[in-house]
This record gives sequence, structure tokens and C-alpha cells, in this order.
Amino acid sequence: MNAPSLPRQVLTHAFLVLTTIAVLYPVLWVLKMALTPGQAFSLDPNPIPSAVTLEHFVGVVGTQDGSGGWLFGRQMANSLLVAAVTSSIGIGLATTAGYAMSRWNFPGRDAGLRIFLITQMFPGVVMAIPLYILLDEMGLLDSLLGLSLVYATTAIPFCTWNMKGFFDTIPVELEEAARMDGADRWTTFRHIILPLARPALVVTGLFSFMTAWNEFILAATFMNDEQSFTLPVVLQSYVGDYGTEWGHFAAGSVIVSVPVMLLFFALQKHLVAGLTAGSVKG
Amino acid sequence: MMMIWAIFLSLFGSAAAADVTLWHAYRGAERDALESLVEQYNASHSATVLTRAVPYDGFNSKLEAAIPRGNGPDLFIAAHERLGTWVPSGLVEPNATALADVHPIVEQALFHDAAVYGYPLAVKTLALFVNTDLVAEPPTTTDALVAVAEREREAGRIGLAYQATEPYFHAPWMHGFDGALLQDDGIDLHRPGAVEALAFAHGLLKSGLVPEEPTGALVTQLFNDGMAAMVINGPWFLGEVDPTIPVRVVPLPTVSATGKPASPYLTVEAIQVSAHSTQKAEARAFASWLVSTDPAIERAIKGRQTVATLSAHQDPRIAEDPILSAFQRQMEQSHPMATDPALAASWEPLARGIRRVMRDAATPDEALAAAQTEFEIVTRPPPPPTNPLPYALIAGAILLLAIGYVARSAWQARRQIRADAHAYRWVAPAAIAMGTLVIVPFVVGAGVSLFAHRDGSWTFVGLTHFFDILFARDWPLSSALSFWFTLIVTVAWTAANVFLHVGIGVALAMFLRAPWLQLKGVYRVLLILPWAIPNYITALIWKGMFHRQFGAINGLLDWVGLEPISWFSQFSTAFAANLITNTWLGFPFMMVVTLGALQAIPGDLEEAASIDGANGWQRFRHVTWPMLQPALLPAVILGSIWTFNMFNIIYLVSSGEPDGGTEILISEAYRWAFTRGHRYGYAAAYAVLIFGVLLLYSKMTDRLLARRVA
Repeated sequence: MNAPSLPRQVLTHAFLVLTTIAVLYPVLWVLKMALTPGQAFSLDPNPIPSAVTLEHFVGVVGTQDGSGGWLFGRQMANSLLVAAVTSSIGIGLATTAGYAMSRWNFPGRDAGLRIFLITQMFPGVVMAIPLYILLDEMGLLDSLLGLSLVYATTAIPFCTWNMKGFFDTIPVELEEAARMDGADRWTTFRHIILPLARPALVVTGLFSFMTAWNEFILAATFMNDEQSFTLPVVLQSYVGDYGTEWGHFAAGSVIVSVPVMLLFFALQKHLVAGLTAGSVKG
Repeated sequence: MMMIWAIFLSLFGSAAAADVTLWHAYRGAERDALESLVEQYNASHSATVLTRAVPYDGFNSKLEAAIPRGNGPDLFIAAHERLGTWVPSGLVEPNATALADVHPIVEQALFHDAAVYGYPLAVKTLALFVNTDLVAEPPTTTDALVAVAEREREAGRIGLAYQATEPYFHAPWMHGFDGALLQDDGIDLHRPGAVEALAFAHGLLKSGLVPEEPTGALVTQLFNDGMAAMVINGPWFLGEVDPTIPVRVVPLPTVSATGKPASPYLTVEAIQVSAHSTQKAEARAFASWLVSTDPAIERAIKGRQTVATLSAHQDPRIAEDPILSAFQRQMEQSHPMATDPALAASWEPLARGIRRVMRDAATPDEALAAAQTEFEIVTRPPPPPTNPLPYALIAGAILLLAIGYVARSAWQARRQIRADAHAYRWVAPAAIAMGTLVIVPFVVGAGVSLFAHRDGSWTFVGLTHFFDILFARDWPLSSALSFWFTLIVTVAWTAANVFLHVGIGVALAMFLRAPWLQLKGVYRVLLILPWAIPNYITALIWKGMFHRQFGAINGLLDWVGLEPISWFSQFSTAFAANLITNTWLGFPFMMVVTLGALQAIPGDLEEAASIDGANGWQRFRHVTWPMLQPALLPAVILGSIWTFNMFNIIYLVSSGEPDGGTEILISEAYRWAFTRGHRYGYAAAYAVLIFGVLLLYSKMTDRLLARRVA
């Protein structure tokens, strides 16, 4: 298709710019609160701050624990660790399960896929207390590993579906050729399929990462020690029942959002190619 | 006796060496003061106290989960209201000795079931904050208050800013008009005094003396901008006040109509000893030290607490502190918050009643009568216990049948299963993880729906909850509390959201894929942003933008010459506000899915259509869209399931306003579990029904999927 006439190009750009502004407006507001002195919640429609300060960022990043250690750094590390472990577990389990479900029509496969979808329907309200008891029995309460495991299981269904969808689009002939040459299932999977599935792996990883990175209800329930909190829990603690430190909250929100934005930015090509929850063939 | 105990401890040092743990939810100066005191204590005592800061949200539920399982602290600092639940469920230990050096009103607050629980640290009440640049002489009666506020209104400012629609902030008027909720005859929301108090508060709002939709954030902003002359708020407000505003704190005024003081609720923050603590003696020793005179003085000066220790108030630094002494005087004229758990269940009906009056949907009399009815329904006694035996038999039979069915299918397919053994190995890790951490907790959680929960005790009631919910036994079908009403709202919510997500997502994707478009990457990244920011943050931002008087959206409407909208006072606009927020959050996902799916559509098909003379819309309608559909369908199914349970948006944006009308099933379940007297069993029944509805939905979509793919 050739480029359309100039007025149409201008119109398209105008439309996209307007939409982008509308989409960015609330985001700018968060930035404004993070940069404005004081702990007030701004209701002023103008999203440009009138005075700029970094005090909130300093206040949020500079928190220390009782013995003078850098608490925020510790919590940031917790968040990164939990998100990384969640992504690894999520990718690992979802990739193998997705591959098996894509390649082999074994008895129980359709039921399995269905059950994975069904677990997305479980309302979280009823799950927290039984999970608490379960983790306690397994000795995984107040542990970052326990938290990561729980997050990974929330992410697995979507990730498995997505991986299966992507594997479905990879022609079977590729593996058959390798099998002829004597490679076993695992080798074929490792050296032929996985490299081809990189976009889907990226999406699966990103999705599990975000599940773990943004969650705070379960984290606040399972973790006891400030030293083992993740960042969303810390953020949440700025919003108490008695008064709210909006400036700190907004600054924390910006800090929490930036890594995800950077990931989106870096991975956006893969994102478009790898999000194939779409091309599922029953 | 103490000596023998001390010798005993020193002989068996290991028992004394264990740390005493203390949980608290303090922040800022209060926390610093507490931690420095703990350091002092640890330096001079053999027992070591360890503090842990736990976020305020979920502090109580965390305690209730941890203590009975032995994971809890030895000591914790909490407001006294929950004693009504904690004492019967055996979470807290009564004091060994009587309290000394505290005001009788504080002792009364900590008194429960013939014993005193906890050592009082500080008291919290509301009081009147005055900007002394605007009001030189703080009013002492409501008549004077109204006069000052009217003067301020003429000057273009707000006379009195407070969260008028919150029961906690409204309570001082109720007490001043003799309309207290809890009196000798029990809890009653519909007392003549309460009606008068509500009429008074409504009058303040209608005459423009009090701001509309007054949230905590708005109150702070008005005061800090010098736009509000007076504010009713608690001690925590001092941390939010702009230091350039000259502020004075005085007790709330006397109600002119009755001559009685407008007395706020009193909350006593006490340090409690856990009943499951293994070192109660050490825990008690630390707690009683923390409330003794010198540590109390330090907490008052460093932590800015209104300490409960009376002797500390003799210290001139505290007695002459205008703010601490004002809160102390206010405490003497306050109502201790009752520990009766039923009181907690009265907040929601009362809040709803107040809001109905404030937006002129009912008279105070009607609204409070309705609130009382609702309160009675919510707190009605649990259904009678049922014999669990038949249920156990049926459940056992079903389980056996299920196992038999699976075993039979497996046996029939045994040859294939053996042939596909490798496939099971590949799936096993994911299946085991899902089974343990998702399915088991859900089954246990669903089992809870067969029990009724009241104040820490459980009774087996079988399927009663389900019958109550499905046959709307307690309220008419058209009530916002009815399951079927909420279900219709939830379905409408889901359908509208998914329609908009897909519509906007596909439209933007079509624009963004044009090959000639420059800056494609920039647009794409910026448009994905809503997906990248945690949704609880943006939900709060949107809530602020929808404010009636000060929100950006009404500002925009005003700018283009439209009437401002009171978003949360009608169902349609409140629903729209939720919808706009969630659409903003949800379209990027669909946009990205569409962009991905579009890549798989060969361009030559459209080219061919174009040569045949089809215009842009026709090409989309007849070529692109049919090819997109199979790719979008699974995303739509997943998206609708997520939207169906999108709790955060409803809870944070409209909070169910007006009158619970925009509540969806999941937020309704949450309310039953946490704001209506902890009816976990009832909430679990809701959760099971939600699951059932979604299961039905997936059955329907299955057919759709099969048809499309085939």
C-alpha cells in the first residue's frame, strides 16, 4: 500500500497524538504528585507541577532499617528476586507444559487445558487464608521462595496457553527432521524449538514478571518482616487509614513503574510477535 | 516472688534469652520514638525486644491469621476496637494488674468481659483545626461555627472541611444531638437525635459551608491552599499540613441546639500481650515500662502522641504544648469506640444512609430508617447448625464417583497413556504446582462456604448460604444487595469493558500498522503505558479526576461549556466512571494482541480487495476482521474472565456508589468478608457462585471456539 495523501497523514497523526495525550494525562499526574512538595493529593487539572522537588524520591529511596542498613535497597532487591524467580519458574513450567500440550494429543490434554483456564476464574478472596495455612505447613511462610511459587502458579495458566499457541505455529516438520537425525525429544526442544519461540518466551517472562512485581495483597499477608517486603507492600504502607503520604506514594509508584516501562520498551518488538494467546487451535 | 522468678530465669538463661517480638503499624515520628525507646530498654534489660513494622492495611487480619498458628508476635500495638473479636477468639491476654495513671475513659475502653486488656499508649480523637490567619477566635458552639463559616463563604472560601459522609467524622454530631449508635438499649441507627444530627450536617453541606464529596485528600488540599478556614480531623492530619499554614487545634464545639459537646469517637492504642506468647512475663514487663511516665513523655515529645499516661501530662513541655493539651482536653469529651463487633457492621449501612441524604436522595428520617433495616439484616443471627453427616456422605460419594470415572477413563485409554508417558512427564511440574497452590486452596476456601462465621467461632450450616443468596431471602431481588441484581451489573460491566477494549484496541492497532506511519514505535510504547503501571495507583488517580467540585474531568467539561457532573451520585455516571477507568487500563492488552495477529495476515489479500475497489472500511469489515476473529477470541475470553473479577477498580473508583448499585460480585464478596462482620462463610459462597457463573460462561464460549476453529 502506498502512503495516502498528506491531509490524511496529518489527520492520522493528529488522532494518534490526541489519543496519546489522553492516555498519558493520568500518568503525568502521578509524576506531578511525585515532584510536588508536600504530601497532598493534587486535584488541580493542570498536570504540570508548579514547584519541583526530589524530596519524595529521596524520602522513599533513602529509608533505613533499625540498624542503619539501606532498607529500600533491600526491598528493591526482594522485589527483583521474587520477580526473577517467578519468571524463571513460570517460563520453565509453562514452556514444558505448553510444548507437550501443543505436540502430543495425550488423554487428559483437553481437560488439562480447560482446568488451567478454569483456575483463572477462582476469586482471590477465598484463597488467601487457605494459602497462608498451606505455606505455613510447608515452612514457606515469610519466605521469598514461597511467595514466588504462589505468584508463578497464578501466572502459569496464561503463560501455558500463550506458549502452546506459539508452538502451534511452529511447523512439526522441523522437529521431525531433527528426530530423523537421532536427536531425542529434549535435544530437539532445546536446540530447535526454544530458539524459535523466543518472542513467546519473552512475553511469558514479562507476564510472570509483572504478576510478581505488582502484587501486594498476598505479599502483605505472607511476609512478616520489613526486611522481606516487596516494593508494592511498601507503597501500600504509605496509604494508611489515618492519613496518606501521597507524595511518597506517587514517587514510589514512579519507581515501581519505571522498570516495567523499560522492559516494555526494550521488548516491544517481541511483545507483538509473541503474544499469541491468539492463534490457539483447540 | 519476683525475686524467685528472677533467680529462676537467670538459672535457666535460655528461656530469658529468647527475643520478645513486637508488631506495630507506626510510621514517621511515632515509629522513631518507639524504636529509640526499645533501644533504651534493650540496653538496660536482659530481655531483647525486637520491633517489626507491619503495613497498616491488613494488620488486623495478619494478626488473626498468625497468632493462633504460633507465628504471631508476643506483643502488638493496636486500636482497642477489635477487642470484641480478639477476646472471644482467645488472641489476647488480660492484664495481670489493674491499670494506674490513666483517665477512667481510657480504662473503660480497654475493659472487656470483666477484665482489662492491654497497656494504653496513646489516644486518638478528632478535633477542630483552625487556620489562625483566617479565624482568630475558634468557635466554641455550633452557632458560632456556622457564623464563622458563613463569613468565610462570603469571602469565597470553604468554612469547614471534613469528611462529612464518613460515619467516623459524622459521629461527633450524632453524639452532640444524643443520637449515639450504641446506648443502653443496644445499637440503633434510627434515633431522633441521629436524625437531627444528620439534618444538621446536611444543612452545612446545602448552605455551601462544607465541600461536596469531601475526601481526605480534598480536605488536606483545601487547608493547605488556604482555601479552608477550619478542618475536623485527627492528630495524623498534622503530618499533612503545610508548615507555612498557621494552625491551632481546639476541642470540637458544643452543639447549640442541645448544649452538649460534639464529642468524637475515642480510639485507645494499646500494647497487647498475645495469648499465645511463650514469654508473657517479659512481654508484660516491657509493656508496662513503655507506658510508664518517662517513656510516655518521650513518646509525647518525639512521637507527638497524645499519651494516655496521666502523669506525663504534668510535664510542662506537654502541659504547655498547645496541640497535645488540646487533644488531651478533647479526650475528656469523647466517646470510647465500642468493642462490640456489631458496631463495625453498622458503618456501611450508616455511611450509605449519610451519603443518600447528602446527595438529596432521601430525608434524614427515611435514610436512617432504611439504614437500620439494612443493619438488622446484615447482623441477623447465623442460620441454625446443620448435621454435617449427610453432606459428608454425599461429598464422599461424589468423590468416589469422580475417582471411579477418572480411573475408568484411564483404564480404557491405558495403551495410549503408556505410549504418551513422556507427555505426562513434561506436563507434571506445572500440574503439580497448580494442584498444590491453586486447586487445593480453592477447594478448602470453597468448603468454608458451608460454615457460618461469627466472632471467631464456626458452625456448619450446609448449603444455607447458597439458598439465602440465590433466593434473595433477605431483600427484594431489585435491591442492590441482591445477588441477581449484582450479577446483572457484573455482566453489563464485563460486556461493556470487553467491547470497548477490543474496539479501541483494534482501531489503534489498525492505525499503528500503516507502513508509512512515522514514530510508530513511540506511539506504541506510550499507548502501552497504562498496562505497565500498577492498576491500584491509576485507579486512585482516576478517582480524584472524577471529583464533583475539583476533579479534572469536570474542569474539562466546564471548559467546553458543559455542566459539571456529580459522577458518583447516579448509577449511570458512576458506572461510566468505572468503565472509563478500566477501559483506559485494558485496551493496551487488546491492542498488542491485535498487532500480533495482524502480522499473520497476508497483505496481498487486502491489496486484492483494494484493486477490486473496496474502500478502507469494506476491506476491514470483509477481509481483515474475519481473519482477526479467531486470534482475538481466546484473548477476549481471558479478558472477560479478568474483567469479571476486576476488584480493584470498583473498590477504589466508585466503591459501589450510589447505594451499592455499581458493586460487582467480587467486591460484594469482599464486603461480606471484611466490612459486614467478617462473614467469611457467606463470602465464600459468593466466591463459589462467581466461579459457577464463569464456568457456565466458558462452557458457552467453548462451543464458539470450536465452531470458529473448525
